[in-house]
Amino acid sequence: MSEEQIKNLEKQFEERIARDEKIEPKDWMPDKYRQTHIRQMSQHAHSEIVGMLPEGNWISRAPTLRRKVALLAKVQDEAGHGLYLYSACETLGISRDALYEQLHSGKAKYSSIFNYPTVTWADMGAVGWLVDGAAIINQVPLCSTSFGPYARAMVRVCKEESFHQRQGYEIMLKLTQGTPEQIDMAQDALNRWWWPSLMMLGPTDAESVHTEQSMKWKLKRKSNDDLRQQFIDQTVPQAELIGLTIPDPDLKWNEERGSYDFGEINWDEFWQVVKGHGPMNKERMKARIDAWEGGEWVRDAAMAHAEKKAERKIKQAI
Amino acid sequence: MSLALLKEHYTNKNIIMSTKNWPLWEVFVRSKNGLEHRHFGSLHAADAEMALENARDVYTRRNEGVSIWVVESKDITASNPEHNGELFEPAQDKVYRHPTFYDLPDDVKYM
Amino acid sequence: MKNENLYNYILGIADNSLILGQRLGELTGHGPSLETDIACTNMSLDLFGQVRSYYQYAAKLKGGDATEDTIAFLRKERDYVNVLLVEQPDRDFAYTMARQFLFDVYHLLFLQELQKSHDITLTAIAKKSIKEVSYHQRFSTDWIKRLGDGTTVSHDKMQEAIDSLWTYTDELFHQTAADKAMVAEGIGVDVTALKVKYYSLVNAVLEEATLKIPESKWFQKGGKKGIHTEHFGYILSNMQYMQLAYPNMEW
Repeated sequence: MSEEQIKNLEKQFEERIARDEKIEPKDWMPDKYRQTHIRQMSQHAHSEIVGMLPEGNWISRAPTLRRKVALLAKVQDEAGHGLYLYSACETLGISRDALYEQLHSGKAKYSSIFNYPTVTWADMGAVGWLVDGAAIINQVPLCSTSFGPYARAMVRVCKEESFHQRQGYEIMLKLTQGTPEQIDMAQDALNRWWWPSLMMLGPTDAESVHTEQSMKWKLKRKSNDDLRQQFIDQTVPQAELIGLTIPDPDLKWNEERGSYDFGEINWDEFWQVVKGHGPMNKERMKARIDAWEGGEWVRDAAMAHAEKKAERKIKQAI
Repeated sequence: MSLALLKEHYTNKNIIMSTKNWPLWEVFVRSKNGLEHRHFGSLHAADAEMALENARDVYTRRNEGVSIWVVESKDITASNPEHNGELFEPAQDKVYRHPTFYDLPDDVKYM
Repeated sequence: MKNENLYNYILGIADNSLILGQRLGELTGHGPSLETDIACTNMSLDLFGQVRSYYQYAAKLKGGDATEDTIAFLRKERDYVNVLLVEQPDRDFAYTMARQFLFDVYHLLFLQELQKSHDITLTAIAKKSIKEVSYHQRFSTDWIKRLGDGTTVSHDKMQEAIDSLWTYTDELFHQTAADKAMVAEGIGVDVTALKVKYYSLVNAVLEEATLKIPESKWFQKGGKKGIHTEHFGYILSNMQYMQLAYPNMEW
């Protein structure tokens, strides 16, 4: 194809998206669109499955049977969501195994927030409330993103995730209605998870590399800073309602803007964790690699059995 | 092991990694009797039985189905979007296939 | 307690599901594939669902401050009466599936009898659980066949798992005092009567999976009397951690 022909196709392609038409896997698409989608969807999928680990850490220690089943179901949903998103990626011709390789070799990223440890039970509350809360803000607009398989996966994810944040907030609520020790536990968890949750919405707009293109492709509907503001504005009253204090001395309602002003985010810490120096980066990767490598003989055996079974069937037929 | 070493270990391992990955299956679920099976998504499984079991565990956790079909993705033949013009556009001007094409007086009943 | 035998009888059923559910829950996030991970969590959730129904019933019988959670979390080591089989660790996926299979076959036979109980609560729980456990048995049976028949590596691992866990199977058919009392009242299941059927079902699957049926006649027991393997204390210290570290609180 000549350069001009490609330009022409690209123009038509952008027009389709602007008209809110969906792009399906076999449609012609610019290579950059394909690569960007593989990157973002797989990063999203990786975040779901790495995200199982910090919460999975408390399944065996959940304090009541009711909490245990809720947590199990939640972590299981994350596996499901990872699966939906890997499947969406696979429509673009890259296998799940290849995507795993990218994760395990450090080539692909996942959400840095999962590199923080879950230290107390209250972290199950804080993660559900804040991390899922921030995730929902990111995810709801993706239900109408331009790439069909991604949009469909996100519709399913958002529908299923509606209980996750409530589950987390309920844990916090119960703690704040409890003993002084429980209230401290809840406040401590909020203190530790607040800032990482703000960072989770991505670098400031000035630092963000992909925003403009992503807006055009509806991979993003709002800028990181807008999303962050939205998250803060809706979370602060939720904290107040259960008597917890947001750990930000600069947090102040701004009448004029109709929003909260907030303190400086420690972006150094953010980039350190992204680069692999967070408290749990190594453990998270090791857990994923162990599960995958440790499961290899199982997957091989299942394939070998399937092949033998198919052969036996053919022999019987003859 | 340091993270760097871990990565190196993994990269080396890839060279001899098994290539027998579980194939991809497409999952169709009937939500309730009276409705058609609808495409729900895909998953990996070694064989058809496992694909059905996995589909049940992955796609009907919230009581979404009464019947499941699975088919290996490679067995699906799909039309090529590049041929969409010749495949689908000719149907666009065949308006006489639609009831609104026919002019009838307003007082005709039951038609 | 008026219904002490019934209470103990219920614990004898439910503790198995509690500990097996706990074991399966430990695997979440670490399965050999995402699909298998999700399936194992489903089984864990089914078992905990059953546990809650049983313990809620037991708590009612016990009266006072008893709840499903005091029963699940606040007993001492010697008071849990699950069989030794279910507390065995997840050494690898072959152990997990072998443990599951050896328990599922028993569990389904047991529930099929329990649904004929004169106790309507137990009948109702059994009827609901049968559907779940039938699926567990199908799932674990398929995996026994896959791993047994699959590759040399998987065959050896599965054979090793079956050989190691075999010693815990006989205990499934030991009658406790509560068992005997409940069988006499038409409430309980006579587990001794399940044994022949159990081994014939298990053996048939092992044969199909090209696995050797272990010949050892030496069997371990003790779980039903609260004498557990060394693994059990660690399960409890995990499971009870919150309730012990922060006593008398609501969560």
